[in-house]
Amino acid sequence: MSTEAVPLSGPVAPADTGPIVELAGLSVGYRQRGRTTLAVEDVDLTISPGETVAVVGESGSGKTTTANAILGLLPSSGVVTAGRIRIAGTDVTGAPDRVLRTFRGNVVGLVPQDPMVGLNPTMRIGGQIAEVVRRRGVDKRLVHAEVIEALERAGVDQPAVRARQYPNALSGGLRQRVLIAIAIAGHPRLIVADEPTSALDVTVQRRILDHLGGLVAETGASLLIITHDLGVAADRADRVVVMQRGRIVEQGEPEAILLRPQVAYTRQLIAAAPALSHAGGVVPRFIDVTPAPEVLRLDGIGKDFQLPRTAGGDRIFRALDDVSLSVRAGQTLGLVGESGSGKTTALRIAMGLEKPTQGRVHLDGVDITDAGWSQLRPLRRRFQLVHQNPYSSLDPRFTVAQTIAEPLVSFRVGDRASRAARVRDLLDQVALPAAFADRKPAELSGGQRQRVAIARSLALEPELVFLDEPVSALDVSVQEQILTLLLRLQQDLGVGYLFISHDLAVVAQLAHHVTVLRGGRIVESGPAEKILTAPAEEHTRELLGAVPGQRFAAELAAAALPGTKQ
Amino acid sequence: MPRYLAGRVAQALLVLWAAYTVTFIILNILPSDPITLQLSAGGADVSQLTAVQVHDLKAHYGLDDPVVVQYFHHLWAALHLDFGMSLTQNVSVGSLITDKLPSTILLSAVAVVIMLVLGTSVAFLATYVQWRPARMLLARLPAVGVSLPQFFVGLLLIQVFSFSLTWLPATGTHGWRSLVLPAITLALPGSAMLAQLLTRSLSDTWREPYIVTARAKGLSRWTIQVRHALRNASLPALTLLGVVVAYTVVNSVVVEVVFTRNGIGQLAQQAVLGQDVPVVQAIVLIAATLFVAVSLLVDLLYSLLDPRVARAGRAA
Repeated sequence: MSTEAVPLSGPVAPADTGPIVELAGLSVGYRQRGRTTLAVEDVDLTISPGETVAVVGESGSGKTTTANAILGLLPSSGVVTAGRIRIAGTDVTGAPDRVLRTFRGNVVGLVPQDPMVGLNPTMRIGGQIAEVVRRRGVDKRLVHAEVIEALERAGVDQPAVRARQYPNALSGGLRQRVLIAIAIAGHPRLIVADEPTSALDVTVQRRILDHLGGLVAETGASLLIITHDLGVAADRADRVVVMQRGRIVEQGEPEAILLRPQVAYTRQLIAAAPALSHAGGVVPRFIDVTPAPEVLRLDGIGKDFQLPRTAGGDRIFRALDDVSLSVRAGQTLGLVGESGSGKTTALRIAMGLEKPTQGRVHLDGVDITDAGWSQLRPLRRRFQLVHQNPYSSLDPRFTVAQTIAEPLVSFRVGDRASRAARVRDLLDQVALPAAFADRKPAELSGGQRQRVAIARSLALEPELVFLDEPVSALDVSVQEQILTLLLRLQQDLGVGYLFISHDLAVVAQLAHHVTVLRGGRIVESGPAEKILTAPAEEHTRELLGAVPGQRFAAELAAAALPGTKQ
Repeated sequence: MPRYLAGRVAQALLVLWAAYTVTFIILNILPSDPITLQLSAGGADVSQLTAVQVHDLKAHYGLDDPVVVQYFHHLWAALHLDFGMSLTQNVSVGSLITDKLPSTILLSAVAVVIMLVLGTSVAFLATYVQWRPARMLLARLPAVGVSLPQFFVGLLLIQVFSFSLTWLPATGTHGWRSLVLPAITLALPGSAMLAQLLTRSLSDTWREPYIVTARAKGLSRWTIQVRHALRNASLPALTLLGVVVAYTVVNSVVVEVVFTRNGIGQLAQQAVLGQDVPVVQAIVLIAATLFVAVSLLVDLLYSLLDPRVARAGRAA
C-alpha cells in the first residue's frame, strides 16, 4: 500500500526526445506443456513522441500480444524469446513485474478492449481514477480535483456525479470514457488503445475515437491503436502497421498502405473495410429493386415495458412506438439503429417471442399476433434465426452435424440417412468441408461457427431468416466472407432476410430496403439506394458519417489523388 | 433499504415459526408418553400410579388439553421466552439454556474468528505468493482440512497438545486455555472450506479484465489483491460463509462432547437421549434463530459489498 503514494523517479526524466517505445527483433511465445508457440515473431516497431500508430490485423495476428509486451502485461505463460523492448530509453526486456510496474500508468497507459468488463464493479468510478492520480504522488487534497478534471477531459458529463457512481450505472460509451479518464489521469507519454471501441455502436465508436485523438493531440502524447478494422486505422493514424501471423508484413503512411499495398493480405483487409473499398462512401449493392410479395409485415407495432417502481419515475417504458415494416420474399430488409433503439424488441415481436402492446403481425398475409405457442410452433419452420454471437449460440457438446440436424429432428423431418445427407448438403452450401460434421464448436473459428449457425437456420428451408447482427462479433475480413455467403444463399434459395445491424456499411452490402430506428420510432424507411445515398433525416446522416474509413477517403477525394479506385 | 430490511425480517420470523411448528409436530408424533418419560427419569414407574394421579399430573403439565390448544399455549409461552420445565431435570428450560449458552457462544465466536482469519489468509497467500511450490502447497492444503473428520482432529489435538506436550488441558470449561483446542477443532473444517472456495474465487477474479485495467495503472500486486480482487472474490464466498458459521455452532455438539465441555451441545445430546421434549424444542428454536440471523446478516453484507445487489434489493 505504502509504495503507491511514493512519486516515481527514473524513467520519466531522461530521453524526452527519443522514441517512447522501441521493439527490436521482438519474438514472444506462449509456453504450454513444455512447448513454446510463437505469437509474435521478429517485430521491429518504434513509436516517437506525438505519433499515432495503428497496428492492424485479424485475431491471432499477434497485435494484442505486441501491445501487452509493451505494457509488460504478458500473461504468466508468455515469454520474450528474442529481441529487446525499450521503454523511454530503458531496456525492460525480461524485467520483473516490480520494474515493469513503474512504467505502467504514467509512461504507458492502457485503454482496454471491452468497457463493460474493464471496470471494477464494486468500486466507485472516482476511486478507480484516484488510484492512478495518487501514483503520480499528487497531494492528497488535490486528488479529487484531478479525478474530476480527468473525467471532464475524457468527455464525461456531470463528472462530480459520475465519480460517486458505480460502473453498473453507466452505459458502455460512458464506461469507455471512464477508462480513457483512467488512462489519461496517469499523464502517460503513450496511450495504448486495444480495440477500444469494437464493443460499441458505430456512432459512439466515432465519438470516442475522435475524443481520444483530440486528447492525444492536446497533450502531445503518442497513441498506439490496436484494431482489426483498417478503416479505423486509416482515419486516425500517422502510420499503419499491418500484422499477419505474428509478423509485420507492411508498414507506412496510410496513403501508401491503402493506395499502394505491397502484399496480398493488405489488399484483403482493404477490400474488407466497406467504406475503403468503395473509395469513400457507403454504396448500396442493390439499386432498382424489383417489387416482390410481402412475407412478413409489422403494422403499427407498439410495445410497453413495466419499469420497477421508483420515486417520481415513469412506470412504463415505451420500447416501440408505431413501427411498421415489411420483409419481402427473396429480399433483405436492413433494420438499423443504435443500441436501445428497439431493434431487438422488434425482432422478438416479429418472431412471436414477445406480444406487442399495439399493432398486428402478419406472416404471408395471416395475422399471427395472437397466435399461442402451439399455433405458432408449426409456423416456426418458416422463419429461423441467426444470433449475433456464434461463440454462445452453439451447444458446445453437440457436433456440427448434430447442431445442423437439430431443427430436422425437432420437426421430425426425414430419417437418419436423409438427415445426414441434408447436413452434407448444408455444409456444402455454407462452404464448409464435409469433414467438419464431426467437429465440436470449440474446434472452429468464429467465422466457421457462424457458418454452422447459418446452415442450421437453413435446415428447414425457411422463407425468412432473421439475422441479428450476424457479423458484429467477427473480424472485418471474416465479416466480408459471411456477408458474401449470405448474399449467395439468398440468390440460390430465394430466402428473405430481416437483417439487424448498427452498422450501415454492413447493411449496404445486403439490404434491398432499409428502416432506421431511433428510440423505438422509425426515423426513415425506404429503398436502400435512397436511404444510403440521399438520406432525408439528420440521424441517418449521422449513422452514415460514423462508418470508419470515410474520413480517409474524403481526404483522398479532396486531394484529388489519382487511383482512388482500389 | 428499510423496506428491504422489513421484508427480510418478516421472512426470518416466518422461518422461525415454521421451525417451531415442525419440531412441535414431530415431537408430538413420537410414540412416547411425556408422563412416563418424566417418571422414569425420576426412577419411578407409571404403572404404580393410580389413574387419578396420572390425570392430576397431566392436568398439572397441561397435557390433558387437545393438541391444538397445547400448541398455541406453548407457542404463546415461547413468544415470551418461556419454554416450560425440563422433563428430566427439575428446573426451567430457560434457566438451563441461560446457564449453558454463554460458554457455547464464546466457543463458537472464537472458532468463527479463527475460521475467518485462517481461511482468508490461506486463500490470500495461495493467490498472492508467486513462488510456485508454496502456491501449490497452499492451494492443496484446504482439501486435506475438509476431508478430516472433526472428532478425529479433536482427539489428535488432545493426544499431541494435552497428553504428549501437556501445554493445554484436554477437557473442562474454565479459562481461555481450555478454549484453545476445542475452538481450533471447531474452526478447521469451516476454514478449509472457506479457503478452498475463496482461493478459486480469487484466482478467477485475477483473470477478470478489470484486473488488467488495475495492473495497467501500475498498481502493485498487493494493492490489486487487497483493493480489487479480494472484495469481488469474497462475494461468492459470503454465501458459503453464512452456512459455515451456522454449522460451526451446530458442530459444537460434537466438539463439546469430545472435550467434555459444559454447553448447549452437551445439553442437546443429553436432551435427545432422554427425550426431554421442551429442552429439545428450545434448542431447535435457538439453532433456527441462529441460521436465520446469520443468513440475514450475510444478505445485508452482500448489499454492502456489491452495489449491484443493493440496487436490486431496493427495486424489489
